Amino acid sequence: MKVDPKIINHVLMPKHEKLSDRQKQEILKTYNITEGQLPKIKIKDAGLMGLDVKRGDVIRITRKTRTAGTSYFYRVVTDV
Amino acid sequence: MADDYTAIHVHKKVQSITFQSFSPKMIKKIAVAKVVTPELYDKEGYPVDGGLMDIRLGVIDPGLNCKTCGSRLKECQGHFGYIELARPVIHINFVAHILAALRTTCRECGRLLLKQAKINKLLEELKQTEKEDGLDAKRAKIKAIITSARNTTSCPHCKTRQQKITLEKPTTFLENEKRVNPIEIRSRLEKIPDEDISLIGLESEFIRPEWMILTVMLIPPVTMRPSITLETGERSEDDLTHKLGDIVRINQRLFENINAGAPEIIVEDLWDLLQYHVTTFFDNAVAQLPPARHRSGQPLKTISERLKSKEGRIRHNLAGKRTNFSSRTVISPDPRIGMNEVGVPKIVAQKITIPETVTKWNMDYIKEFIERGAENYPGSNYIIRPDGKRKRITDETKEQLLEELQPGYVVERHLMDGDVAIFNRQPSLHKMSMMCHRVKVLPGRTFRINPAVCHPYNADFDGDEMNLHVPQTEEARAEAEILMEVQTQIISPRYGLSVIGCIQDAISGNYVLTKFIDLPRKEAAELLYSAGIDDFSKLGTKKILNGREIFSSILPEDLDFEGKAKDGTPVVIKKGKLVEGVIDDNAFGSEKALLFRRIHKKYGKDFTLKLMEQVSLLGIETLLKYGLSSGLSDIDMPKEATEKIEETLTKAKQATEDLIKQFRDGELEILPGRSMEETLELKIMEVLNKARNETGNIAQEYAKVSATTIMARSGARGGPLNMAQMAACVGQQAMRGKRIGKGYKGRTLSCFKEKDLSAEARGFVENSFKKGLTPAEFFFGSITGRDSLMDTALRTPKSGYLYRRLANAMQDLKVEYDGTIRDSAKKVVQFKYGEDGIDVSRSENGTINIKQIIQDVVEG
Repeated sequence: MKVDPKIINHVLMPKHEKLSDRQKQEILKTYNITEGQLPKIKIKDAGLMGLDVKRGDVIRITRKTRTAGTSYFYRVVTDV
Repeated sequence: MADDYTAIHVHKKVQSITFQSFSPKMIKKIAVAKVVTPELYDKEGYPVDGGLMDIRLGVIDPGLNCKTCGSRLKECQGHFGYIELARPVIHINFVAHILAALRTTCRECGRLLLKQAKINKLLEELKQTEKEDGLDAKRAKIKAIITSARNTTSCPHCKTRQQKITLEKPTTFLENEKRVNPIEIRSRLEKIPDEDISLIGLESEFIRPEWMILTVMLIPPVTMRPSITLETGERSEDDLTHKLGDIVRINQRLFENINAGAPEIIVEDLWDLLQYHVTTFFDNAVAQLPPARHRSGQPLKTISERLKSKEGRIRHNLAGKRTNFSSRTVISPDPRIGMNEVGVPKIVAQKITIPETVTKWNMDYIKEFIERGAENYPGSNYIIRPDGKRKRITDETKEQLLEELQPGYVVERHLMDGDVAIFNRQPSLHKMSMMCHRVKVLPGRTFRINPAVCHPYNADFDGDEMNLHVPQTEEARAEAEILMEVQTQIISPRYGLSVIGCIQDAISGNYVLTKFIDLPRKEAAELLYSAGIDDFSKLGTKKILNGREIFSSILPEDLDFEGKAKDGTPVVIKKGKLVEGVIDDNAFGSEKALLFRRIHKKYGKDFTLKLMEQVSLLGIETLLKYGLSSGLSDIDMPKEATEKIEETLTKAKQATEDLIKQFRDGELEILPGRSMEETLELKIMEVLNKARNETGNIAQEYAKVSATTIMARSGARGGPLNMAQMAACVGQQAMRGKRIGKGYKGRTLSCFKEKDLSAEARGFVENSFKKGLTPAEFFFGSITGRDSLMDTALRTPKSGYLYRRLANAMQDLKVEYDGTIRDSAKKVVQFKYGEDGIDVSRSENGTINIKQIIQDVVEG
């Protein structure tokens, strides 16, 4: 199924951004976890359109929440 | 430290478990007997050798010794036997695997339908994924391999063209619409090499595909299917034995027919029958097969049914636990016992005991319990000697037991005031459904609870029953007290407000007290004393006190609070004095009591609990003294109000008629996404609901102060809606969210014209309950009543199952010390609890009141 690229700009679409390798290591260190313990995101996910990601990249999702204002969520890109 | 502890106590640790399937060889090896005859017993009633009840398969009769292991009943766990099947049959639970194996391998050479190079590559890849991404990823990969292999048309190894294989449920395999018999299937599966098997998800070390087609079958030991002797002396066999009997009988007939050279059709028929019996032996609920039945017609309970679902071995016997030292009875209210107490009937207290270890210091104290025995109340039922022997205390044994009593003995004494007990009401949906209470032994036959704790249990007194459990060890008691006692549960972790709070008359009582009452000092003191308050120092020396001053005397002196009452007027407490406002639901009710939240934070749980008890008693005492009775005249309306109400209703009805006319003329403006009819319904509903609300407001406006309005305004019971329904207009009756439209063709009742869409013909009740309903209106009311009854009856099991799935999915999620939420594999689910990291049970309604904290720090 083709996804309309404009969906990225939708108001309900939280911001997705790719982390650099250094930022990624920092995240893994702060939470004291391995890559496998991070939540996953499929490489085909519509949120990653135009981000040029590969397997193993960490994506930071910035969400607006009712309780906390903005919150960060991290996902690792997988192909399965 | 933790390691030392485990090093002492853990002797063996399970590292891994492997599940595997039996090969025919292994079956023969572990079997102790070959079953050849369907007969169970001979003429003397003795088990037949080679029968299903063969004594080599274990003992089920007392006094006999097992022929295989020599041990007696209950020591011998039983032993497996086997039968040789005349023709192979398919194991129902492996059908999917067999189908996959057949489709992905060559019908001639048995190789996987992929090129050798690809096979080698995939083998490597599989190992890799398992190591890196775990079993789930591996399974997904295997699934992909299976789909790619089954779409190959000719074998890359021997070039044979492949045929289309389909499954005709439950157990027949077809190749190009022609049946393949299990012998042929088995010989094909045998040809598949070990390496290729692992690519379709099997490990040849533990399971070979040909083992999924049974040539020999294990017979479970008799201990697993014991026969019961009825009162008449007749023997009744277990369902499994019946099923096995069928299998053995058909198997024998099949053997005989094959040996006698019977025609192929007869053999095949018998073969199919054998397949049916073996299938139902494993699973008697296969969709396409008629279940095997008893002569009485009820289906047999075979292996799958024994394990599956709620009554199965797993959920019923392994996950389901039972308990001693527990009790269940009807509950009733008692506002005079503490909120952390539970009234226990004396007969229960005499049955449920607490073990008390004898020491030289409590010897005399404990002897008194033994002297009183089991019949007199604070007595004791059993003595346990240090060697573990239990002795019942009776009049005959009493003397002797008293004499031999010494330190180290344990005496099981009756339940007494102050003992801890865990109280529970099902469904236990949250942690407040099980709380620890102090026992208070009372006469009567019901458990008594303070009505203020009804809310966390979701209990009422229309016949509800509750369970009581009494912890038996010091550790269990300490745990219950620290973690589960009522005062520790006041603040709910769901919304950070109290779940426990005053209800009903306790609320209206305080409302009446703080709003209307002025009392001479002496009477005020009496009132307070009857509510269990004996400190009158805060009462002052004024001759006449108002209700707020009386109420203030139980508040701590350094309490400051500013809040709002239910009607929006301010409530101000300064230095422990209620200066302004009334006390109602908003201050002390459950689920919204901000005043309580404040007190809890400042003075702690025990003080809050005590205060709640006092407030609630004060309210009740006030009402006891001054009364609060409602009557018909409570909702009397002045003429002006009645006229206004009537006018509103006539207007609304006119508006409906106008809408209907517009609809008939096709002039109605259609709402987006709706049809003409839907638009009309929506608009009419809107008009009528607005009219009802308006009449309600009129009624509120003109209502004089009465018991009914006091109840509604204090938040004790009933709201504006109930008031409106009683005084002004009952309103639109709905079924499934729509106006009532069913009944006769095109009309609701025979007294209306067909296609009448007017308000009164579709369930609008314009009368009030006080005025009285017309017969048609009353009937509409009953329709709504029945509809809501049905709705609840259907919704309860649905939401119950939903909750079960939710609870199972989330049961081992946990907040770690770093604030993240992780599952049992320590995988992150949320990076910060609730995305804001707030512990709701320490918040006020889910937020942290920083202003208040700063103020407290600055002032205190």
